[in-house]
Amino acid sequence: MYFQKDIETISKNALHLLQSERLKKTLEAAATTPYYGKLFQEKKIDISKIKTVEHLKDLPFTTKNDLRLSYPDGMVAVPRSEIVRIHASSGTTGKSTVIFYTMKDIDNWATLVARAMYSTGARREDVFQNMMGYGLFTGGLGLHYGAEKLGCMVIPSSTGNSLKQLQLMQDFQTTLIHITPSYALHLVEVIKENGINPHDLSVKKAYFGAEPYSESTRKKLEEQWGLDAYNCYGLSEMNGPGVAMECINKAGMHIAEDYYIAEIINPETGEPLPDGEEGELVLTHINREAMPIIRYRTRDLTRIIPEPCSCGRTHRRIERIKGRTDDMLIVGGVNVFPSQIESVLMTIPEVGNNYRIVLDREEGLDRMHIQVELYSKLFQGDMKALKKLNKEIVEKLRALITINPRIEFMEPGSLPPSEGKAKRVIDNREI
Amino acid sequence: MPHQVSVFAENKPGKISRITEVLSKNDINIRAITISDSGDYGIIKLLLDKPEFGNECLKNAGLAATLKSIVAIKIDDSPGGLHKAASAIAKENINIEDAYGFTIREKNQAVFVFQVEDIAHTEKILKNAGFEVISDKELYYL
Repeated sequence: MYFQKDIETISKNALHLLQSERLKKTLEAAATTPYYGKLFQEKKIDISKIKTVEHLKDLPFTTKNDLRLSYPDGMVAVPRSEIVRIHASSGTTGKSTVIFYTMKDIDNWATLVARAMYSTGARREDVFQNMMGYGLFTGGLGLHYGAEKLGCMVIPSSTGNSLKQLQLMQDFQTTLIHITPSYALHLVEVIKENGINPHDLSVKKAYFGAEPYSESTRKKLEEQWGLDAYNCYGLSEMNGPGVAMECINKAGMHIAEDYYIAEIINPETGEPLPDGEEGELVLTHINREAMPIIRYRTRDLTRIIPEPCSCGRTHRRIERIKGRTDDMLIVGGVNVFPSQIESVLMTIPEVGNNYRIVLDREEGLDRMHIQVELYSKLFQGDMKALKKLNKEIVEKLRALITINPRIEFMEPGSLPPSEGKAKRVIDNREI
Repeated sequence: MPHQVSVFAENKPGKISRITEVLSKNDINIRAITISDSGDYGIIKLLLDKPEFGNECLKNAGLAATLKSIVAIKIDDSPGGLHKAASAIAKENINIEDAYGFTIREKNQAVFVFQVEDIAHTEKILKNAGFEVISDKELYYL
């Protein structure tokens, strides 16, 4: 029933001791990094006084911007030779935020994911088809290693090529899938078009990741595919997937509290909130060698469910993520900030300062198109020049945000003015 | 050297009437009009009797408009008329970027209007080949 019974059903007191112990070690390691070393000195923080989890609130937050400022390795606590891998996610103004892993970190992360998958009923007899992107993104490799650790047979099929995915599912009797919800919606249609009833496939569980989706989309996908889907939470700054996962009860995601100290804060004031109240999730990673990160502001809004879960796991649960405290968009699994798009448009003199980002979903795939106004003084008057300009903008954006937007030129003055609360993002995606 | 006015337009109902309204109010006559379309947006090219003034009026109305130099030649309004001109241009390896034509009934003549990269050079070649290159004043009041 449990993957690591002692840890998963640990008593409140024992967990408190374990967390406090690991927090102390984490702070000692953090103090050796250029970033935290300087910060502790400047803020006159004596880490020897942080003895238990309750003292955590006396420490400053770490933000995505802090990670960016310490790029590439200002938060690394081990020599370069100990590092075996990096992952990265896009940042607000070009530079990525990079996460480093030692061999032990990779192994711990795999154990964490294996344990989380086990809590959903996955076992070593399962066949796991991983339809997520591999690469710098943590989603693909995170579950890949976790599933292997659990002992599943892993099919690293990655994204796209629907007919091939279907063939693999049939030929190898896939039982678990890891997929974005939007691709799952598309793929189930492809399966039906090929005259196959999805319920006749051997797939019985799905892990949806990389993009937000509603409870009704989960229900719809469960019905269409004939499977059980489990919510999974993670972010690359905290390793990647596996930070919190639903158990078989599907009633909130258990936070891996032996790896993370979770706090809910008021995003305006930074004040910690009691269990049950909704606010921003703040995480401290207390079981990582290469990159200790303290009080990381996830910008994700949720609440901690204080009641115990009938599965017997004592780790507290968080509710599904309700939204974000910043304007980050998730497009096809990629994190995009409107400010990134703005920074590119600013370098193109032929377009004005006004823009609008429109998001749609076509055949299960996210599409971004960007409306920009032409600047009349630099209008060249022919289609060839406009097409060249279009290409230039697309290429610059693709280089920065790795997605391929469609550019729509607008007449000057046709978009809402840049002052005030102009709505810059129109999200037509329904999921 | 004659000019036409190039106007950017989103591909939406009412876009042409917005342009023609400005021209009509300012007593500007349209001699010819072409529209090229790329799906989301298009470019409307206008041969006007007062191109400089027309361009200013459209810009003042908030439209993205600009003046473009063109070559205009007279050709016979009979089979093979355009072919003669096109062959002369092709022989010199000149690429025509955008073109249209119209006829003048009472004179049994036609006008071929086009954009090329090097206008002066193209005009010279056509003159040497015996074509009548139309000046700006003449073109606007044909």
